[in-house]
Amino acid sequence: MKAKLERITLLGPGLGYLTALMVVPLALVLSYTIFQRGRFGGLVYEPTTENFRRAVDPLYLDVLVTSAWIAGVTTLLALLIGYPTAYVIARLPARAKTIALVALVLPFWTNFLIRTYAWIVLLSPAGLVNDALTGWGLVDEPLQLLYTKPAIIAGLLYSYLPLMVLPLYASLEKQDHELLEAAANLGARPARAFLTVTLPLTLPAMLTGCVFVFVPSLGNFVVPELLGGGRTAMVGNLVRDQFLKARDWPFGATLALAVVAMLAVLLLIQAWSGRRLQGADRA
Amino acid sequence: MLKRIPFWFTYVFLWVPILVVVAMSFNAGDSPYSWGGFGLNWYGELAGDQEIRTGLVNTLIVAAGSTAIATVLGTLLAVGLARHTRSKVLDAIATLPVILPDIVMAIGLLAFYSLIQLTLGLYSVLLAHAVFGTAAVAAVVRTRLTVSDPALEEASRDLGANGLTTFLRITLPTLAPGIVAGALLAFTLSVDEFVIAFFTAGPQSPTLPIVIYSMVRFGVTPEINALATVLLAVTFTAILAVQRLTRLTERR
Repeated sequence: MKAKLERITLLGPGLGYLTALMVVPLALVLSYTIFQRGRFGGLVYEPTTENFRRAVDPLYLDVLVTSAWIAGVTTLLALLIGYPTAYVIARLPARAKTIALVALVLPFWTNFLIRTYAWIVLLSPAGLVNDALTGWGLVDEPLQLLYTKPAIIAGLLYSYLPLMVLPLYASLEKQDHELLEAAANLGARPARAFLTVTLPLTLPAMLTGCVFVFVPSLGNFVVPELLGGGRTAMVGNLVRDQFLKARDWPFGATLALAVVAMLAVLLLIQAWSGRRLQGADRA
Repeated sequence: MLKRIPFWFTYVFLWVPILVVVAMSFNAGDSPYSWGGFGLNWYGELAGDQEIRTGLVNTLIVAAGSTAIATVLGTLLAVGLARHTRSKVLDAIATLPVILPDIVMAIGLLAFYSLIQLTLGLYSVLLAHAVFGTAAVAAVVRTRLTVSDPALEEASRDLGANGLTTFLRITLPTLAPGIVAGALLAFTLSVDEFVIAFFTAGPQSPTLPIVIYSMVRFGVTPEINALATVLLAVTFTAILAVQRLTRLTERR
């Protein structure tokens, strides 16, 4: 009886709060996907499958695919740059390591919008990159760098790269060096030791990093708007517009559900591979 | 040396844009891109900007209020989850705000507020920020709980202390560093948060990120360079202060 009271006092307030302001709102969004939009915004509570049919219309499907593609390329680049970076940091002497880690997260703690803004300053026709290119005579005319897909990818990568490096660093840092020594003693060359020992052991951290980068990239609407100039819409822009401009909440909710579905697949893969690896550990 | 190329690339990539912005904030000219001599005029402009000041005050109110709620709820939740349940569902609810895309959370809250006919204002943002704040505090405090020893709490009970006394005199003091770290994280997340605030703030109560967003969208002005530099300086000082503090408490 006493234990039950304690449990309720500890868990009740927090879970109650999260239920009211997260579980209920999410259920609400989910339920909207089967309703229709009223003539003047608002909702008509008549079930329909129209929203789903519209979401797979080539026009919107294209945006969904483009969003997944942009987020995917960003994640891949983050992994390719982030892994070797984390590898080097994990092997630095203690003091240099601290400095490297602070220097890694410090840009991350400046405001997200200002980080994106910095890229407008760099990439605009009169910006630094174009100045350098024309100054060195590499191009005659300033290039159109801003408002392109690569600009969006650069902006997303810039914002989320530390989220890839940190979990990889944590994993590489606590790795058992004796395993590598054992591999070397048994005649494995460094490249082989890396591929058969280090890489599999850091796989869960790689997946965590990928989720950390992919998730905020996929639903992002600020970077595509500011660096893509509205030419390349991502699914986040569509959701925002459906909710704040077109006031078609049911369709906006359906698009948001598509985002959640894509993420759910990713999280399932992560959970599955994590469990498989644990199983291999025990064997 | 060749192996270190990605390492150096990462740091150049992360720092060049920021350094350019900082350098340009001391530009006397009107262009945010090209150098027109040294001057502090954009800082003067920034200091006199009423919108930014309002945004800053709003942001601080939201961050302080949501952090207060999140610290209490998150700490209780962490202890409860670690000591009193094995439920995977409850666990998932407590971590969901961290993995959920902000835009999904934002539309959910907007839909919910409109359903209960809550007029949007500053408090609607504050309540929304307390959601991910609670999850952040709970996550940080739980990592601290895994290293603390439950035997201490059992000993306290065996010696006749009731649940509340044990919680206040044993559990809370051992968790204190985790609680402080969690609260700092919740505060930082709230100050930086844009998407949820954008959806749930009333038109009369923009937070600083919303003000910055409309400035950037309206056009690039060197005033943002000055603002970025000030924010960077504040963040840098705060990180150094926290590091100094943790080193002091660790030494004790």
